[in-house]
Amino acid sequence: MFDVVVIGAGHAGVEAAAAAARRGAAVVLVTMKRDNLGTMSCNPSIGGVGKGHIVREVDAFDGLMARAADASAIHYRLLNRSKGAAVQGPRVQADRRRYAAVIATMVAAEPRLSVVEGEVTGLRLSGGRVVGIDLADGTALTTRAVVVASGTFLGGRLFRGRWRGEGGRIEERPSGSLAAQFRSLGLPIERLKTGTPPRLDGRTIDWALLAEQPSDAEPWTFSALTRTRPCPQIACAVTRTTERTHAVIRAATPDSPLFSGAIDGAGPRYCPSVEDKVARFGDRDGHQVFLEPEGLDDATVYPNGLSTSIDADAQAAMIASIPGLERARITVPGYAVEYDHLDPRVLEPTLEVADIPGLFMAGQINGTTGYEEAAGQGLVAGINAAAIALDCEPLVLDRGSSYIGVMIDDLVLQGVTEPYRMLTARAEYRLSLRADNAETRLGATARALGCLGPKRAAHQLRREEERAALRTRLDTVRSVGEVADAGAEVVRDGSRRSAWEWLRFDTVKLEQVLPGIAADTDPTVAAEMEQDARYAPYIERQAAEIARLRAEERIALPSDLDYAAVPGLSNEMVDRLGAVRPISLGAAARVRGITPAALSAVLLHVRKRAA
Amino acid sequence: MATAAGRHDEARGVTDTIVALSSGRPPAAIGVIRVSGPAALVAAATLAGTLPPPRIAGLRALRDANGAMLDRALVLVFPGSRSATGEDLVEFHCHGGRAVIAAVEAALVAATGCRAALPGEFTRRALTNGRIDLAEAEGLADLLEAETEAQRVAALAAAEGRISRQVATWMASAAAISARIEALIDHDDEGDVETGEEVLAAIMADAAVLGTEIAFAVEAPPVERLRDGVRVVIAGPPNAGKSTLLNLLGEREAAIVSPIAGTTRDMVEAPVVRRGRAFVLTDTAGLTRSDDVVEMIGVDRARYAIEAADILLWLGDEPPPRDDAIPIHSRADAAERRVVPAGRLAISRDAPRSIESLWNVIEERASALLPRIDGLPWRQRHQQLCGEAAAALLQGSNDPVLLAENCRTARVRLAAIVGIDATEAMLDALFSRFCLGK
Repeated sequence: MFDVVVIGAGHAGVEAAAAAARRGAAVVLVTMKRDNLGTMSCNPSIGGVGKGHIVREVDAFDGLMARAADASAIHYRLLNRSKGAAVQGPRVQADRRRYAAVIATMVAAEPRLSVVEGEVTGLRLSGGRVVGIDLADGTALTTRAVVVASGTFLGGRLFRGRWRGEGGRIEERPSGSLAAQFRSLGLPIERLKTGTPPRLDGRTIDWALLAEQPSDAEPWTFSALTRTRPCPQIACAVTRTTERTHAVIRAATPDSPLFSGAIDGAGPRYCPSVEDKVARFGDRDGHQVFLEPEGLDDATVYPNGLSTSIDADAQAAMIASIPGLERARITVPGYAVEYDHLDPRVLEPTLEVADIPGLFMAGQINGTTGYEEAAGQGLVAGINAAAIALDCEPLVLDRGSSYIGVMIDDLVLQGVTEPYRMLTARAEYRLSLRADNAETRLGATARALGCLGPKRAAHQLRREEERAALRTRLDTVRSVGEVADAGAEVVRDGSRRSAWEWLRFDTVKLEQVLPGIAADTDPTVAAEMEQDARYAPYIERQAAEIARLRAEERIALPSDLDYAAVPGLSNEMVDRLGAVRPISLGAAARVRGITPAALSAVLLHVRKRAA
Repeated sequence: MATAAGRHDEARGVTDTIVALSSGRPPAAIGVIRVSGPAALVAAATLAGTLPPPRIAGLRALRDANGAMLDRALVLVFPGSRSATGEDLVEFHCHGGRAVIAAVEAALVAATGCRAALPGEFTRRALTNGRIDLAEAEGLADLLEAETEAQRVAALAAAEGRISRQVATWMASAAAISARIEALIDHDDEGDVETGEEVLAAIMADAAVLGTEIAFAVEAPPVERLRDGVRVVIAGPPNAGKSTLLNLLGEREAAIVSPIAGTTRDMVEAPVVRRGRAFVLTDTAGLTRSDDVVEMIGVDRARYAIEAADILLWLGDEPPPRDDAIPIHSRADAAERRVVPAGRLAISRDAPRSIESLWNVIEERASALLPRIDGLPWRQRHQQLCGEAAAALLQGSNDPVLLAENCRTARVRLAAIVGIDATEAMLDALFSRFCLGK
């Protein structure tokens, strides 16, 4: 008897398994191939704008992704460096093999976590709840909770030109019987598509021709626990498509499954295939292509920006038309994949299927795209699967707390119409939700839930003390003369302010109001506090909004609420609310198309029912 | 699952279907009874037998449960979601006698458990189901209360969604501006978004243009002025003929007139409608010094009224207390007052043309204070929100994140106009104004 079974060992699966194990659950991680833990099936990079926030949040819960990224990173780049800290996006290129090896080591190091190789053929249910799983070799595992993190492997179909294949990734089998069982359980299954570019042999690229993009010199790291960068850093390169590239693509487009109607699923608007880009932005003379090496001792290069599913010969012609790639050899051609996903509106914010206790869903199966989005969901699903198994506190992250909270709220209330990718624009409280303050936002929650190992817990407590100490020092009052003498550009108007208030002026730096502070304060703590002070008026206003949000969240709506019984609600409103079953009045307010008057009708009904 | 289904059916049974007379107080030539809710079609069929096709009138004999005929009426069926309330809705156009209406209503209640609608409940259901938005509901409330032509025109414009459409246009513009900033922030590194300071400056400029346009809406007088009327205050020293002027302007004996100074101790108000526009004429106590406590309270109130006046008619020979006052030379027919001082408008009781020319001056002033008949009928609530939205858009920043935050604030404020963030209190205030049955 296990506490938690996790199906799938991708980015969602390994975080779910490790998080449940950290909470004390006995966990089995089931994967089709034991040596495929934490595989990066697409881009060899981790993080980015919005995505990097999620990685830091997972790290605040002592998750794996940030530490594994640091251990295998061969290129660091802080996106949006010139913009405010709220939207800066940490991103690394990881050595694909090293990353998988580091993840395997971390999984092996969890004493309560074991890995089983096999194909899951079905879930065992009893009395409406999940009690175990069946494997293809006839063995059965009994458990209190199951996390399904099967990625694109459910009903996966591959497309390239007129060629068709089965599977979730090239050369790997799809899992069919689980998908059939989900359908028979009445779970709403839909189709989405995504794509991947051809991989190139880096030894055949003419690097000398291309603009180099070096790794950041500033020694930042992804995880708060990482002190140094263990791997040597290498440069990426940038090239562009040409008019000739576009002509090749246009000629091949009629056979592309994306255009021939072979694929029904919706693809991501923000990450279009190159044939989409050429069709939609025909006036452009070129599109950027980032050449990302996949590893230190692996010649493979990922040409980011060339996702395609045109015919393999046309792909070769396309590559040959791009400067620097004239003689480049394709090792694996690009392809599109269409796959099944669950309409995530049937999930609770804990990622448990509302009607099937004990069954959790995480990652791409919920209609998201990206390793980071998957990891964030895996973390929450794992923590909550452990909560069920061990009868301890669940975790629900709201929109005011984290990007993970924003993502899950979007998924369970709005569903998806295209693969869901994190964007900072989705976070209305983004001035408060920065990549540099994830520990401050989530550390206490993570500790209270027992998600932290001893090393992490000690680190977070130390940081907390450092922040409190610095905040106290920022109450020191400084005259305008002192600040100006320290080199800040301020008008000598005789004013006196606390160091905290001085930092609201963007011409004033921390060192100018607290001279010598750099010597005895951790630079990440200093930078975080400086940002807090800079945005303080906005953050205070958002804090008031968040408080109002949380007040509405406290008005719970019963999960068995019959919306058809609410007087005055039309069928349309009943359908919208019934599909989502929001857990609170605040959540109901965020369901698209729900009017404030409908909300007040629901509130009135719930109060009458309670009376 | 069986228990859930059972609960569901039981719940369906208690879902309210509402009924009310929606036309004027009987007796009248026609009485329109509306039934709205899940049981509306069943209820109507119980009385009328067969129902006509949707949205086509059919003449039917209405009968009670015993088969006794109640009335012969036109029946109109509006199926749910596209009806005025968003639910199944049936209208009976009956003969408008009290007994007929009462009998049909009673039969509907008895047959199918419909209940009498609360005041404003039909409109509330329309709002609940997204058939109308908040600005339209406000307009509908005003339309039902409109007493003057100007009020009717303004209320109809709001009810027909002119405010909502304008706000939607602005929201779309603000969303487009937001989208451009977000592209800079979220997709800067992807090579296909133009970046740089010029791009940010162009976005900021467009936000400022939109902010200026929205701020302009705040300049216009609010529609409440049509309903509340233009406040015309008559003031001056005791015994200057203020009450006489009130009665002349109002064409009725609203104020007591006597030769005794200080006859008017408190304010006397007379609402007047001129050419479809509402005015409130206020007569005030004469401004004087006195030991009489009551009289001095009247004087204090008069001073307050002078402050608050939209148009001040000043009847003193002294210079007026406000520069924008209309100085009036009253009692011009009195022998000692034959000479009219320069810049003063002469008024006399026996010269109706002098009153008419004063009205012309007042109405000309009022035109600037009232919303234009072809303008948008902004309420003060809308203007407050527009003002906040405009201020946010006009507040530039070199930090794209703060610029984006300001745009978000603007969008939230605009959304509140059409009720995307309406509070329960405001809804209650709104719905308490509706008469029964609408």
